[in-house]
Amino acid sequence: MSLYYVQKLLYQLNRDPELRRRFANDADEVLASYELTPEEREAIRKPDIGLLYVLGVNGQILMHFAAYRGFEWNAYLEAMREGVRRHGPVRAGIYALVEE
Amino acid sequence: MPLVFAGVCSHAPGITGRAERADPAQRDTVYAAMERLRLAIEAARPDALVVVAAEHFANFFMNNMPAFAVGMADHYEGPIEDEAWLRIARRRVPGHRALSERLVARLMHEVDVAYAEEWLFDHGIMVPLHFLTPRYDLPVIPANINCQGPPLTPLHRAYTFGRALRHAADEVPERIALVGTGGISHWPATPNSGKINEAWDRDFLDRWTANRREALIAYSDAEIYRDGGQGGFEIRTFIAVAGAAEGSTGEIWCYTPIPIFAVGCTVGVMNLAG
Repeated sequence: MSLYYVQKLLYQLNRDPELRRRFANDADEVLASYELTPEEREAIRKPDIGLLYVLGVNGQILMHFAAYRGFEWNAYLEAMREGVRRHGPVRAGIYALVEE
Repeated sequence: MPLVFAGVCSHAPGITGRAERADPAQRDTVYAAMERLRLAIEAARPDALVVVAAEHFANFFMNNMPAFAVGMADHYEGPIEDEAWLRIARRRVPGHRALSERLVARLMHEVDVAYAEEWLFDHGIMVPLHFLTPRYDLPVIPANINCQGPPLTPLHRAYTFGRALRHAADEVPERIALVGTGGISHWPATPNSGKINEAWDRDFLDRWTANRREALIAYSDAEIYRDGGQGGFEIRTFIAVAGAAEGSTGEIWCYTPIPIFAVGCTVGVMNLAG
């Protein structure tokens, strides 16, 4: 469980075009620099927006990351819902789903 | 010289990025209010626009999170977001390093601020600028209050930061306009996006227009999270503007809840007492 480093990598990808270029060329090389579990590495690589949401990535970081990875708005919202269906409630942070 | 303008507005990325998905009449109401705000700022003939924002991890992260930060550069750049997603082209935005430095030096007498000679803008600043300085010809000085990475900046400190901004503006010869941008209630970047607590928003705006400090800072973060969502934490930016305009009252030019924009779109001003 290294949510801090998951968020750190996504934060840096979101703001740094050079890191995005390196990530596109060789994701493993970039991922190796961060202290991540195999599950976290795969969630970032795919990307599995739903799992990243459930792991507790700050919503603002995840929203920007999803946009950069090409998720259209509705697809992004649905990916988060699907994540909760598959993996259960959000495990950390301040962006949990609210039940109406 | 005393602040020449103080106002607030929303900054939700949907306001530009999902424009066509809103009811056109509601969207146009919001756009017209933003245009009115632009004209009011221009009429105040500012030399610089201080934007008190609640950034979303464009610059500051949990490795070194400042409670308050102020930009101190001659230019900035944004948005960091995908341009097609936000529908705002990436560009350079003019700053005013020398003025920032004088403001920061004065601010530090009252509030411990971090300064930053590099600063990337996200939607939290780019959406307001898109409407308020569409020619990007007015120097911008960004300021940030931590509304994202708990522990968050306490509300009463946000008010104090506003007071300090006013004192700093008083002591420089330049004409400074101030805009705070954030909130009000919303659950952005969650599957609940579109949920808006209009009653809570209107109660908050009543406190803001009356500029009642004790009422504005009375919320706990648990209450804000329950009633206003994680987006509600951004009321700190409005509270800072109230602090800068202490002794004045305000008015709301627009409050229009638009779920696809994820917020009650708000435009307000403080009628600065002579």
